[in-house]
Amino acid sequence: MSFILRRLVFYVVAAWVALTVNFFIPRAMPGNAVQSIMAKFPNLQPSAYQALEAMLGVGHPGSIWHQYGSYLDDVFHLNFGTDVTQYPAPVSTLLAETIPWTLTLVGTATVIAFIVGTGLGIVAGWRHGGALDRLLPGLMFLQAIPYFFFALILLELFASKLHVFPLGQGYAEGLVPGWHADFIGSAIYHSLLPALTIVLTSIAGWMLQMRNVMITTVGEDYVIAAQAKGLPRRRVIFTYAARNALLPQLQGFALALGFVVSGALIMEIVFSYPGIGELLLTAVTSEDYPLMQAIFLVITFAVLLANMIVDLIIVLSDPRARAREATR
Amino acid sequence: MTAVLPISANTAALPGEDAQPGRWRRMPPKAKVGAVLLGLFVLAAIIGPMVAPYDPSYQDPSPALSLHAPYGAHLLGTTQSGQDVLSELLVGIRLTLELALLVGVIATALAVIVGVTSAFLGGVWDEVLSLVSNVFLVIPALPLLIVLLGSLQTKGQTATIIVLSVLGWPWGARVIRAQTLAIRNRDFIAAARETGEKTWRIIAFEMVPNEVSLIAASFVNTVLYAIGASVALAFIGVANLNAWSLGTMLYWAQSQQALELGAWWWFVPPGLAVALIGTGLVLLNTGIDELGNPRLRDATSASRIAGYWLPPADPTPVLAEVVQHRGKLSGFLRSFSRSSLLDDAEKGGHR
Amino acid sequence: MSAHPDQAPVAPVAGPLAARPDTVLEIRDLSVVYRTPGGDVRAVDKVNIDLAAGEVIGLAGESGSGKSTLVYGASRLLRAPALITSGSVRYAGRRVTEPVDVLTMKPDELRRLRWREIAIVFQSAMNALNPVLNVRDQLIDVMHAHLRIGRDEARERAASLLDLVGISRERLRSYPHELSGGMRQRVMIAMALATDPEIVIMDEPTTALDVVVQRDILAQIVELKERLGFSILFITHDLSLLLELADRIAVMYAGQLLEIGTAEEIHREPSHPYTKGLLNSFPSLRGPRRELAGIPGSPPDLRDPPPGCPFLPRCGYGTAACREVDMDLLPVTSSQDPSHVTACPFVLPQTPALPGIPEPAMPQAQQETEPETAEELGA
Repeated sequence: MSFILRRLVFYVVAAWVALTVNFFIPRAMPGNAVQSIMAKFPNLQPSAYQALEAMLGVGHPGSIWHQYGSYLDDVFHLNFGTDVTQYPAPVSTLLAETIPWTLTLVGTATVIAFIVGTGLGIVAGWRHGGALDRLLPGLMFLQAIPYFFFALILLELFASKLHVFPLGQGYAEGLVPGWHADFIGSAIYHSLLPALTIVLTSIAGWMLQMRNVMITTVGEDYVIAAQAKGLPRRRVIFTYAARNALLPQLQGFALALGFVVSGALIMEIVFSYPGIGELLLTAVTSEDYPLMQAIFLVITFAVLLANMIVDLIIVLSDPRARAREATR
Repeated sequence: MTAVLPISANTAALPGEDAQPGRWRRMPPKAKVGAVLLGLFVLAAIIGPMVAPYDPSYQDPSPALSLHAPYGAHLLGTTQSGQDVLSELLVGIRLTLELALLVGVIATALAVIVGVTSAFLGGVWDEVLSLVSNVFLVIPALPLLIVLLGSLQTKGQTATIIVLSVLGWPWGARVIRAQTLAIRNRDFIAAARETGEKTWRIIAFEMVPNEVSLIAASFVNTVLYAIGASVALAFIGVANLNAWSLGTMLYWAQSQQALELGAWWWFVPPGLAVALIGTGLVLLNTGIDELGNPRLRDATSASRIAGYWLPPADPTPVLAEVVQHRGKLSGFLRSFSRSSLLDDAEKGGHR
Repeated sequence: MSAHPDQAPVAPVAGPLAARPDTVLEIRDLSVVYRTPGGDVRAVDKVNIDLAAGEVIGLAGESGSGKSTLVYGASRLLRAPALITSGSVRYAGRRVTEPVDVLTMKPDELRRLRWREIAIVFQSAMNALNPVLNVRDQLIDVMHAHLRIGRDEARERAASLLDLVGISRERLRSYPHELSGGMRQRVMIAMALATDPEIVIMDEPTTALDVVVQRDILAQIVELKERLGFSILFITHDLSLLLELADRIAVMYAGQLLEIGTAEEIHREPSHPYTKGLLNSFPSLRGPRRELAGIPGSPPDLRDPPPGCPFLPRCGYGTAACREVDMDLLPVTSSQDPSHVTACPFVLPQTPALPGIPEPAMPQAQQETEPETAEELGA
């Protein structure tokens, strides 16, 4: 129990750090952020000017602690301010439109890649030196390719040249989003290539990692002992070797989550996929600061949440983890 | 009454002892390929800009040369505005590698300092530093980088290097700290302490030399991260878009719709360069890993009997069985195999 | 299992075991090498051992003598780069109708033979137990693999196994890291006995434990052996342990067997110079003080063993003729044990010691008490 509590406290601290960094950056940076934004968007109304000032802390509406307090309050109420580029749309609305797309695409693809990659890694580790190991150099190359570049290649090949998949977008033009078969079918069709990209590039990493952990685990005494006991091969591989190898593998998964999500976001840009990635691009190109900050917070919280879940799984699977923390 | 049989003196390798000669030969083939690959790119980085046929920023005004496919005068074709892709590539490799290596050096140095100190000092310092490392490890790097760099007016090379280094040390620090903790309790450190060696000397001369391969691996990983992050940042536009780096090339290719216009020569070379540099780094890293953990090494002659590979977790092979079952082919393969035992068995037993 | 017609160089596997009728394990001519880039390391070189039903054989030797390699090789548990280059390991326990050769078995048969017939108690119980499963699950795993047993029956049997080794039933739900060293070793023993094996191989089971716990565990092992009737192959570097525990002792050096005999004979009249040196190397609690003599030098490099006796460089009695010795085990005629054999044809118990080499002196008082204890425990 105390272990879970400690981890929870850690995540709260991490979230708080993210929030605070977010809060202080515009105030710490040189130059008048508000002025430059106003210069870019001359058609904003005076009320926008005031709202921006309040958000970025210019013109001192109260002490800094007061601002901090109201900032935290805003965040908790999911009030991320008003967007500048698509004024007067509130940022939270924009986020709400795009999050589901990213969540389904990236979430599903990452989980699939992890499961398949880990499975292949188990086999490659058990049969160290066998046929699967010949794939290693190719996999390492695959792992080194930036997601978005791979996306470009795949798009070029399968969409431009071979016309197997659509050339980007979330769904066919002209369709109205809603819960009907046409739309869902089109959405799935359009998500296939992006999902394939994520799976293909990340699977190499999971497989390599699991293979290495598995090789070490297979050499452990308790696996040899399990074979000496005449246990069925399947049991030795999965319950004795893989189950132990999974623990560091899951830890690696948690660590890599941040990178996987970031990479996937950028990949979305290539596909013009209607997810957070595109929003991010808009924010960056137009220096839409409120949007940038909000996206950062949303992604961070999502990753922290996912990390917490994986931590929970690890604790539940490893009897030593509970004991180790309990005796601290 | 315990009688211990006279045990022969079995000295394990003394710490800090590293066979200096033959280290290149001892490296597994994967690492060598990686090193060669990287070497090529480093060479390109050094002589690239001098060898480039054109000034990358020069925009050839003739409309025929806009988005031209590769041919004699422009080996990698031209961009939308008539710029030579090859020249951009050569300059870009240098810029990207420069940035990545600098970040690698700075971040790894920070990681070593923080990791070793926090492990050595222990107590409150350790807790605090570990907490800071873990927090910055768990917060996703790219969005944070975007927010940090995005708020700067100028997104120059220096700023990028600083920001990437600041976010790049926690990973290495964590790994080095774990290793230092493990070594700290070893006997030779206690011995050094007992003989009164000063703490900093212990750190510098006893501990760090033992972690060299770990530090090397950490450096390679950091460079990998720096390349990935800087290219990704540039791709979405969070960089100095007037400078030629591999990332900005991709940015311009994307924003000028190179894909839709079929100009593959614009985005494939820079992306491929990034992928190859990355592959070189990963191969090198795997080689370093295998040096430290021999178990990971590809099963070479160890798992091969009579030229055949056997799953290492299978029951111990029996020579007679292997020879019998691989009978026909073994004759053919004997010419390639290095199995001394197979030859022995043919000569009728050994002794 | 009939011999394959093309299998010329390997000894025939059919037929009853050559040795005594109650032999359960017959190892003949077993050789194991480790293949390294620097050459093949001959870890075990043409070893012959017979184990009878209910017998305790102690396998003694320094580290690197090959004793562990011998038994793990015989069970084919060694991983690459190990290779078995010759010999046969024939098993003839109560449950098999005719002798089977472990080295030529199909993987499925091997799996069924393992543990059910030949179980192993490993040296380090902490490492040999699966960290993520509790004690009961690991015991049940073994049972399900070999016995046709229902779930409840298996649980009850697991509990009674813990009773057998003197551990509280509450520990069924414990994980390996929650148990003390002694408890873990007892769990290992319980697990070894879970399927009522014919042979239990014990690989230095008490080396990692403190002396008090050692005593307890050894006493437990002896008691269980009496009760259940299995044979034991006991590996250790601690010869003194074997003098009390074992029926027969086999001394190994540099991958070869140097001497085999009953514990009493080895103790009373060791024949091989190496054995003499070993017995000379530990002090006795009673009797006169004498100078402790170790054995100077170190074992040979097994990659390129010199011809003849591997102990020659360190042997006080060695001569040039020792290089021609073919290391066959010859009977010790002066021994009261008819099966007492030695690899040294030159040095017999009556050979006067060379100057400078002290005789292994066994004072009369000790000689009277020692055999008694051995009888109590083992015979």
